[in-house]
Amino acid sequence: MALIHDLIFQGGQMLLVLGLAPLLTGFVRKVKARLLRRQGPPLLQPYRDLIRLMRKDVVLAESASWLFRIIPYVVFAGTWVAASLVPTFRSGLLFSWTADLIAIIALLGSARFFLALAGLDVGTAFGGIGSSREMMIASLAEPAMLMIVFAIALIAGSTQLSTMAAFMNSPEVGVRVSLGLGLVALIIVAIAENARVPVDNPATHLELTMVHEAMVLEYSGRHLALIELSSFLKLLLYVSLIACLFMPWGIAPAGVEPVLLIVGIAAYVGKLALSGLLLAAFETAIAKMRVFRVPEFLGAALMLALLATLLRFVSRSF
Amino acid sequence: MVVYALFGVLALVALAPVAIALGASSPATNTVYGASFIVTLALCVIALLALFGHPGPAPAVVLPLGLPWLGAHFRIDALSAFFLVVINLGGAAASLYALGYGRHENFPQRVLPFYPAYLAGMNLVVLAGDAFSFLVSWEFMSLSSWALVISHHEDRENLRAGYVYLLMASFGTLALLLAFGLLAGAGGNYTFEAMRAAHPSAGLAALVLVLALVGAGSKAGVVPLHAWLPLAHPAAPSHVSGLMSGVMTKVAVYGFIRIVFDLLGTPDWWWSLLVLFIGGATAVLGVLYALMQRDLKRVLAYSTIENIGIVFAALGLALAFKASGMTFAAALAFTAALLHVFNHSLFKNLLFCGAGAVLVATGERDMEKLGGLIHRMPQTAFVFLIGATAISALPPLNGFVSEWLTFQAILLSPQLPSWGLKLMVPAVGALLALSAALAGACFVRAFGISFLGRPRSQAAIAAQETDVNSLTAMYFLAALCLVAGILPGLFIDALAPVAQIGVGGHMPVQTGVEWLSIVPIAESRSSYNGLLVFVFVAMSGVLAAFAIHRLASDRLRRSAAWDCGYPDPSPLTQYSAGSFAQPIRRVFGTLLFRAREIGEMPPPSSTRPARLTVNMHDPIWDTLYVPISRFIDYATDRMNVLQFLTIRRYLTLVFVALVLLLLVLAIWP
Repeated sequence: MALIHDLIFQGGQMLLVLGLAPLLTGFVRKVKARLLRRQGPPLLQPYRDLIRLMRKDVVLAESASWLFRIIPYVVFAGTWVAASLVPTFRSGLLFSWTADLIAIIALLGSARFFLALAGLDVGTAFGGIGSSREMMIASLAEPAMLMIVFAIALIAGSTQLSTMAAFMNSPEVGVRVSLGLGLVALIIVAIAENARVPVDNPATHLELTMVHEAMVLEYSGRHLALIELSSFLKLLLYVSLIACLFMPWGIAPAGVEPVLLIVGIAAYVGKLALSGLLLAAFETAIAKMRVFRVPEFLGAALMLALLATLLRFVSRSF
Repeated sequence: MVVYALFGVLALVALAPVAIALGASSPATNTVYGASFIVTLALCVIALLALFGHPGPAPAVVLPLGLPWLGAHFRIDALSAFFLVVINLGGAAASLYALGYGRHENFPQRVLPFYPAYLAGMNLVVLAGDAFSFLVSWEFMSLSSWALVISHHEDRENLRAGYVYLLMASFGTLALLLAFGLLAGAGGNYTFEAMRAAHPSAGLAALVLVLALVGAGSKAGVVPLHAWLPLAHPAAPSHVSGLMSGVMTKVAVYGFIRIVFDLLGTPDWWWSLLVLFIGGATAVLGVLYALMQRDLKRVLAYSTIENIGIVFAALGLALAFKASGMTFAAALAFTAALLHVFNHSLFKNLLFCGAGAVLVATGERDMEKLGGLIHRMPQTAFVFLIGATAISALPPLNGFVSEWLTFQAILLSPQLPSWGLKLMVPAVGALLALSAALAGACFVRAFGISFLGRPRSQAAIAAQETDVNSLTAMYFLAALCLVAGILPGLFIDALAPVAQIGVGGHMPVQTGVEWLSIVPIAESRSSYNGLLVFVFVAMSGVLAAFAIHRLASDRLRRSAAWDCGYPDPSPLTQYSAGSFAQPIRRVFGTLLFRAREIGEMPPPSSTRPARLTVNMHDPIWDTLYVPISRFIDYATDRMNVLQFLTIRRYLTLVFVALVLLLLVLAIWP
């Protein structure tokens, strides 16, 4: 019986993240449009886009190889699995021990590795520029992310997300300098990883500094739909990650108490909405930076995260 | 066991004269590589039996060879057994590969005699039970590989590579000779048992550590002693390159472990500071160098330096924990290092085989002249992709497991008592994280530019898929990469007796853990399950593909590339290896390599093309090797005078030298 419950919750989580991811993106777009005094597309527009794209033919470049056709599925699967392992509304999911936070980051790394290969596959200048810049950004964002994981794992005494979330929810945490530094660094990394505004612009693809959109320029139809869905999922993943580490309130413990579960889901949706609002406001307020300013921006995240880790090594109380 | 292993080695040694006798005749290639394949496979089985069979100390075999009062000791303990597996698994794969690849050799008589001798040399190093046979085998291995490096000596570059290699190899052996001399002490007992029983003083032990680091490190390719490696490894035929990079650097790691972890006794904590620092620096510098290369095999050689850096960083951690008496954490770090040794031997061999297949098909090692090979060599591309994914430390393949274990060990290090380590370990952690991310970029570049895109030369257009033997060897290695990635628990358990020798403890048994996860410390702390990650990702991907094809659309048509409406037919408009690395060169290389881009635009009315030149400097070569070679030139110039003296002056010199030596003897306590 317990196993069946666990399976239901794990499956529920997988469907929840898949279902909510386009909504989060739609919400951010809507809020951004409203902040700019535009009407903006309806909330459900991302779902319609996805369905429309899936029904269309794929137009494949003549020079594309078999790898180009497999990659959308690999990227989607990797991102989806990673997103289903981050605790959202309930902790202690059945397969939560399959991959700890380091492995989740590495899974996203796999997805990025393959996407960058896809950018090179057709043999166009745009794909190459996207891949090359994406890997440059990753070469700074990934170590920064790992150092953040180190800092938080040293505080929580675990790299297991369920355990970390439970620890962050306990009164033991308190206010710590290293946590603050880690949060700032994590937000910078999340912005860079999701190709959001100061680093990249998700709304354009004909701009000199474009990165992610250039890389996927040759995709169309169902392949493009999967790539889009993966980037929605990735945004949701990072928001869930920040929420479960730094706003762990309301996550239901392992169990089948219906009230707690409803509270958990409500709290999760609330956190998503809050993060979406903040993200939209931040993006509206800031201008995009030149591509070679990005290393400085990410370097700051790396240094902050390293500082947070060092503080933990120096003293247990920071 | 050790007797059978020695018979195997003897068979390999005996193959060398057979190869000479066969010369360049047509059956020579098949005979030598076929026999090498069978013998290494048998040796691999023997090593596996030794690793799993006998937990206790095995008796040594003493042969009446070498120094008359010493003889030659050979024995197999778990440490040697593990490295024997690495050597012979790599050797078997390389021999199988060479059954196909070796046919394209123009002068097989220059390669065939040395190949089995080289394999025998590596085997003897890890079998040796005393310093004398260790050093003789070490030199045997160095010289036979040197002969393989210069087998294509028509190319002047290869001759230079061979020269630098010979110099560095002799220098490394000198350091090892001194290290063993110090370990043997005044009594001069060269067996490993005697060395283990003797406890050198702290200062002496530190000197031995530094000498071992220099001696074994120069063979393994740690920065700044790596200069020969990216020259020599690519110069050899590809299957030998794979062996040199994937296996011989591991024999060097064995030498370091044997001296520092086994013979030297309890370490001081500050030793680990040195090893950690060198490991971290080697990892980052190696991969940055790799990103700047355009020769595919040289990229792979520099990436070996990176991986050796990771191994040494993990060994440094193990030393730190061992010195602080944290046996459990030391076992974790040590196991991570050994697992990375094993993993790297698999994927580096695989990647060099892939590069060899490309070389045969196109005659090119320059990535700027490749491209689009995935269409003409789909199988090679597939296995090379597996190798590239594994070496970039991405789940669910094996490279990730060893890096993950290293990170878990780093997370245990705040409990270390000394302040130096508390500050050094997180910095090394950041360096390792940086090198892992850069390795991803490096292999996107290596695979993407060589295999994807459109062909950049006629040779790349005319490429043909490689032969069955080569493919079998590569598929075998790729399958092992996957198995070691999804079932790491089996491999960790197999390493338990080895860790017992190195640090006096081992990781908890993993095979009993539910769902075949690995749990290095406790389940609430960290766990990873490669199998489930693999199954989940495969299932989700297949499910998505199936659902979309059934419910939405499965239609597909081909058309010209979109490229934002401006597609250009010339393949030169693609991103090249140089342009792919440009952002990273600008971020990291400006400071490190003093990389400068000089853009030269023609004046407005001129039709001359614009030029972009990139200047880069190798910081280590410029600051270390060039001054040393200048000094030696200068010194030899001065000493040249000594060749043209009169007999009277020579006699004076002899007399002065005699007096001085007698004085030294008189003053010596």
